Amino acid sequence: MTDASADRVTGPTPDTAIRDAERQDGPMLAADGTPLKSALGKALRRQKLRALMLIAPLLLFIMVTFIAPIADMLFRSVENDIVSQTLPRTVVALDDWEYDSGEVPSEEVFEAFARDLAIAAERKDHTRLGSRLNYETTGISSLFRQSGRGVDEIGEPQMDALEELNEDSIEPFAWAAFMGTEDWAAEVEAWDADQQGLAPVFRPNNEAVAAFPETVQLYSAYAETARIAEDSAWDEDPFPIVFHVFAQELAEADPARLADIPGPAGLDLVAAREAIAALDIPSTRDAFLEIDEDWADPEVWGTIKAFSSPYTAGYYLAAMDLAKTPAGVEPVDEDQRIYRTLFLRTMVLSLTITGSCILLGYPIAWLLANLPLRTANVLMILVLLPFWTSLLVRTSAWKVLLQQQGVINDILVWAGLVGDGSRLVLINNATGTIIAMTHILLPFMILPLYSVMKTIDPSYLRAAKSLGATNWTAFWRVYFPNSVPGIGAGSILVFILAIGYYITPEIVGGTKGVFISNRIAYHISSSLNWGLAAALGTMLLALVLLLYWLYDRMVGIDNVKLGG
Amino acid sequence: MAETTNGDAFVAFERVQKSYDGETLVVKDLNLAMPKGEFLTMLGPSGSGKTTCLMMLAGFETATHGEIKLAGKPINNIPPHKRGIGMVFQNYALFPHMTVAENLAFPLEVRGMGKSAREEKIKNALDMVQMGSFGGRRPAQLSGGQQQRIALARALVFEPELVLMDEPLGALDKQLRETLQFEITNLAHELGITVVYVTHDQTEALTMSDRVAVFDDGRIQQLAAPDVLYEAPENSFVAQFIGENNTFEGTVKEIRGETCIVELDGGEVIDAKPVNVGGVGERTKVSIRPERVEYNKDRLQEGAHTLKAEVLEFIYMGDIFRTRLRVAGRDDFVIKTRNAPDQVRLEPGSQIEIGWLPEDCRALDA
Ligand SMILES: Nc1ncnc2c1ncn2[C@@H]1O[C@H](COP(=O)(O)OP(=O)(O)O)[C@@H](O)[C@H]1O
Ligand SMILES: [Mg+2]
Repeated sequence: MTDASADRVTGPTPDTAIRDAERQDGPMLAADGTPLKSALGKALRRQKLRALMLIAPLLLFIMVTFIAPIADMLFRSVENDIVSQTLPRTVVALDDWEYDSGEVPSEEVFEAFARDLAIAAERKDHTRLGSRLNYETTGISSLFRQSGRGVDEIGEPQMDALEELNEDSIEPFAWAAFMGTEDWAAEVEAWDADQQGLAPVFRPNNEAVAAFPETVQLYSAYAETARIAEDSAWDEDPFPIVFHVFAQELAEADPARLADIPGPAGLDLVAAREAIAALDIPSTRDAFLEIDEDWADPEVWGTIKAFSSPYTAGYYLAAMDLAKTPAGVEPVDEDQRIYRTLFLRTMVLSLTITGSCILLGYPIAWLLANLPLRTANVLMILVLLPFWTSLLVRTSAWKVLLQQQGVINDILVWAGLVGDGSRLVLINNATGTIIAMTHILLPFMILPLYSVMKTIDPSYLRAAKSLGATNWTAFWRVYFPNSVPGIGAGSILVFILAIGYYITPEIVGGTKGVFISNRIAYHISSSLNWGLAAALGTMLLALVLLLYWLYDRMVGIDNVKLGG
Repeated sequence: MAETTNGDAFVAFERVQKSYDGETLVVKDLNLAMPKGEFLTMLGPSGSGKTTCLMMLAGFETATHGEIKLAGKPINNIPPHKRGIGMVFQNYALFPHMTVAENLAFPLEVRGMGKSAREEKIKNALDMVQMGSFGGRRPAQLSGGQQQRIALARALVFEPELVLMDEPLGALDKQLRETLQFEITNLAHELGITVVYVTHDQTEALTMSDRVAVFDDGRIQQLAAPDVLYEAPENSFVAQFIGENNTFEGTVKEIRGETCIVELDGGEVIDAKPVNVGGVGERTKVSIRPERVEYNKDRLQEGAHTLKAEVLEFIYMGDIFRTRLRVAGRDDFVIKTRNAPDQVRLEPGSQIEIGWLPEDCRALDA
């Protein structure tokens, strides 16, 4: 305030300055000699900054509570990196495999999968992945769980063979020395003594990397797994899969070179190579088929391949009762189609609720706007009363009223309007949802209608009648058009609230009266399929925006008023 | 009231009373008869019941008692839209969602008039108020004066015989008001329509009307032509309300035919014309127009009573001089004199004597 008023006294005001600048040829100078333009720019910038700081808390609040969750929802609805993160090697190996060939993938794919699955199983990631893929193809979840246990067997025979040659050769400390640098081995040993914090990160030694690159890779994954589990490569036995890979690399290695390399705990690698060659190891593919013969099903592999990219439209397809099968996009089985019906029902019921709110709310709003103030105030309290009662209580009250043995049916039977045997089904269906939600959302229709009607001058009606219009014509041609902005505002409010409503349909809707939001809630809290929930939510959001746009095109959004 | 008997009156209020709350009468015993083609103004302070009377005539309020007749037929039970009365409101009441042309078409449409006939009439009505080129605009795009012209055109387009206007110029500035006053009177006379016009502005009432009904306290205090109203107010309210007046309170001493003698409360004695006094010994309010006061002794009648006055203030107003005097203990006595070459300018502080013709000083009800 003080510096602003000082400006006004000593310097030119912004607009006179600009006008002066336009009139003159050279740049105008401010009192202190700087070009006026930049002085002005600085002053305006300061103003803008101050204004921005005033709204900063709100901006921050909205970012955190509104924008960020929506962005997160949009992201979750397409995000799908669990497959490529958990099964990185498999995803690469599957590149060469085609679902359409109808064949079981090659040994390489199974080999890569064995390594991925073994690590995932140790990290307990495989069940999460199983549940994720189970959304797409049922049965995968149990397949993964079972195979996670079975994959431990792969490498066991090789391990036993090495143990027979040298008892210490499979011990953690022997492998730590064999795979890691000396420094690292020392650090791990030191850490092992007091176990403060996490163990040091694995550092492979050059000889191991040169001779057994893949073994180092798997060992590294093992060391990391142990480290994350607040354990260390010093006391956890290396996974069998490490020995499986080690055995393969031994078999492929040049025996002449092997003689020069010291094995774990001084193991003779040439002897080890021979011992392993003597074993009758089945192919990895056979090992998996042994665990579960479903691994021969191209469907399973097709699903993994179909969902291997880090982003997917799968959730959106599911939200439209379509499925991304290995063979392409297909509609899901008839008995599993629910989302289209739910979306349609949500729309139809919300429109019905909006319509009945208009029908019931319009006369009340009219009374409110036209009765003497004192009466209108009492009426207004009655309208607002529901706001002061818990939503749950109101909805439950409807349950009591609408039951087949409830108050309304009792009255109808007592009045002889329906027979005792044919009591009306008013609850746990769409009727129940419409009745209860119309009641709950009615104030949101009445209030904007009222505030718009309040601004309609009563002399319009008088003028219309004096010009010869009957009561009805005066209302329809003059009063009603002027109240349309209120109907618009109320309808948008009620419709948008209704389309996302959840508690009331849940309680009174039964199966025929639930909304898409109930399904979203189910996926968020029960099935934990957040991706699908996010996709459904995003579609709901898009639907609302679309309707809003349509409304704008048809009625015009400036035709929406919440008051004078 | 003298010119028409109720029998052939076009608009007639007979013993009409109106109460909104059942406790107080807003309109008390209203009797009024208007011939066809008359321009009648209801003039009165705010809250005196003018709008209520208009609304009863239009049919938006029902009379609590009494009868309202239009062209000889009682209309108490006819709904507003069947009365065929045009109305102009103070706030124009143009329909905001319709264009000017649509506003004008409205009364014709509800009467089932065909499109071409409608367009013809709308054009004529718009030309009549000099708004011919504004048919496509919305009311919000017009100035207040323009809106009121449109409202006028809308009230006239269906050719009603009676048009009611409730302070139609109240929201406009002075200059515009004067132009429109002139246009409205001209239109009314050209079209031969009967107009009931409500205003609280006496200049408007006096310049526009054939007759003015002065309202106060739910009654017509006086119903007369503007000149009669000004020159011969029948009671002290009208005398006070119309134009400027000097008043004294006193007691009637003597009545002699067309003159009477009134003793003021301060003991002074003056001449007056007994207009509305009970009899000797009754209290009265006498009122005298500032321009009828005489201070040149030569012009007064022989034997006329005079009063001593002290000049307090002299105001030069161009066409007239306005002088404030202290007379009989009051210092708000005003006289007005024409600015003429031989006119004396009274010096403040000087002592003069004033008097008047007995017929210019009216003794009215106390
Ligand atoms: N609708 C109404 N309800 C109750 N009282 C009213 C109503 N309209 C007017 N009145 C009262 O009647 C009296 C006369 O009002 P009105 O006819 O509007 O006076 P005017 O138009 O001369 O100013 C006022 O005291 C006003 O308060
Ligand atoms: Mg009024």
